[in-house]
Amino acid sequence: MPVWDIIGPVMIGPSSSHTAGAVRIGRIVRLCWGGDVRNANIYMRGSFATTGEGHGTDRALLAGLLGYAPDDPEVRNGRELALKSGMNFNFYEEDLECAHPNSVRIEIRDDGGRRMDATAASLGGGAVSLQELDGFEVGVSCLLPVIIIMNRDVHGVVGAVTTYLSSHGINIATMKLHRNSRGGLATMVLELDINESAVRPEEVKKVHDAIVRVISIPGVAL
Amino acid sequence: MRSLLDLTKLADELDMYLHEAVLATDSEATGVSSDEIFDLISSRLKDMRRSAEEASSSNNPCRLVPKTGPLMRAYSEKGGMCGGFILRASAIALEVATYNASMGRIVAAPTAGSCGILPGMLFAWEEFYGKDVADKERKLTEALIVAGAVGEIIANRATLAGAEGGCQAECGAAAAMGSAALAYLQGGSCEAVSNAVALTLKSVLGLVCDPVGGLVESPCIKRNGLLVSVGALAADMAMAGITSLIPADEVIDAMGQIGRSIPPSLRETSRGGLAVTPTAKKLVKGLGTKKR
Ligand code: SF4
Repeated sequence: MPVWDIIGPVMIGPSSSHTAGAVRIGRIVRLCWGGDVRNANIYMRGSFATTGEGHGTDRALLAGLLGYAPDDPEVRNGRELALKSGMNFNFYEEDLECAHPNSVRIEIRDDGGRRMDATAASLGGGAVSLQELDGFEVGVSCLLPVIIIMNRDVHGVVGAVTTYLSSHGINIATMKLHRNSRGGLATMVLELDINESAVRPEEVKKVHDAIVRVISIPGVAL
Repeated sequence: MRSLLDLTKLADELDMYLHEAVLATDSEATGVSSDEIFDLISSRLKDMRRSAEEASSSNNPCRLVPKTGPLMRAYSEKGGMCGGFILRASAIALEVATYNASMGRIVAAPTAGSCGILPGMLFAWEEFYGKDVADKERKLTEALIVAGAVGEIIANRATLAGAEGGCQAECGAAAAMGSAALAYLQGGSCEAVSNAVALTLKSVLGLVCDPVGGLVESPCIKRNGLLVSVGALAADMAMAGITSLIPADEVIDAMGQIGRSIPPSLRETSRGGLAVTPTAKKLVKGLGTKKR
C-alpha cells in the first residue's frame, strides 16, 4: 500500500467498508448491467444488514447504482435520487451461512425480461470484490479493467481469446478460469493492464462460437 | 516500505530529507514518479483542508453523539489548561470526525473512523506555529508524506484495520502518524520522528475497538479529539531529546501482536466493551425506531 492509499481515499463517511465500499459495489454492478438500472432488489448480508442503515449503506449502494463516485456529496441523497430517477428498489435481509460478513446481492431486471444477479463483498478501506455474476464465480476487485467471458466449456476458447487480445496489443494482468457444472458453462475472468476501451465486447464474442456472453468493466478507482 | 529504521538509514545514506526517502522508496515500488506522488499527496492535503472547513460549518447531526466540535472550539478561544494549540487540534479533530459520522466528505487517514486526527494536528500547527514558515503548503505536504510513510509501515508490519487490530490500529496509528508529522514540521531529525512514533504508539497499545451500535460515533469521535494531544506531546517529548527504549519498528510489531490477541468481541464487532454497556444497549434500542 503506497502513501496515497494510506492518506485516502477521499470519501463520503462514515465507513470505508460500509459507505465508500458500498458506493463502489453499486457502480461496479451498474457497469456490469451496462446502463440505467430501473428495478433492483437488494439483499443485504452480514453486517451490511445489521449496521448498514446507520452507515448509509443503503444510500451508498443506490448512489453507486446511479453511477455516483464514493467522494460525491450526493451519495447522502442516494435514496431520494434513486426515487427521482424512477428506479424501483427494495431492500431485503438475506441470512446465509457461507456469505462474506460484509456483502450484498443485487438483482436487476428490466421491463423486457432481462435479468442480472450480482454478489459483491466489501473488504475494508474501500476495496471490494465482485464475487459472483449470474451464479458464476468472478472474484475481482475491479481496480483494473476486467473482461468476463462466459462460454460453453469446449476446447480452444481460452486460446482464441488470448490470441485476440495479444494481437490487439492488450496486456493481461491476471486470468482466472472457472468451470460451472450447471449447464457445462465456464467463465474466464481477465484483468487487463490498459484501459478496456480498446476492447470491444462484441468483437471478443466473435472470436469463438462457444462464447455466450462478454461483459467488460472499466477500472473503478478507489 | 517495511521499516522506519531502514527509511532513516536510506535518508542518511543518500543525504536526503525524510520525505524524499519516502518518495524514492514508494516510487521504486510502484513505478509512479516521485513528482506524481508528491502532487497526489498535495491534493489529498487540499481535500483534507476542505473537509476541515466544511466540518467546522456543518450542521448535519450524528445518530448518537451530540455536537462536540463547536463547544471545544468556543472553549479553545477562551483559554483552557492545555493551551491553544492542543485545544484547537482537538476541536478540529472532533469536527472532522463528526462530519465523517454524518456522511460528510473526508479523507480517510488512515481510516474513516480516525479521519479527524491528522487534520486536527496539521491545521492547528499551521495556525499556531506555521504562520511565518516559508512555503507552508509544501512543508505540510512533506509532513503528510512522512505521516503516510508511518501508516504504510504500520500497515505492512501490523494492520490499520480496527477489525483486525482494535482501535490502536486506527486512532492509535493516526496519532502516531500525526506525531511524526509534527516532529518533522518542528524540524526534528529522523530519530526524533521515529521516537515520536514509538512514544505515541506505546501509550495506545491495547486500545480496543468497541463502537456503540456498530456506528463510527462513540467512542470514535472523542478518541479523535483526545488522541491528538498524545501525539502532540510525544512529538514534543521526542524534540526534547527523550528517546523510546523500544525502537519504533519493534513497538509496531508489538502492536500487531497485541492486535491479534485482542478477542474478536473487541474488534469492531460491537459485542464487547463500551458497546455492551447498559447505556449503549438502551441507545441502540432507541436507534431502531429513529429514521433519518
Ligand atoms: S473504535 Fe473502532 S470504529 Fe471507532 S475509530 Fe476506533 S477502530 Fe474505528
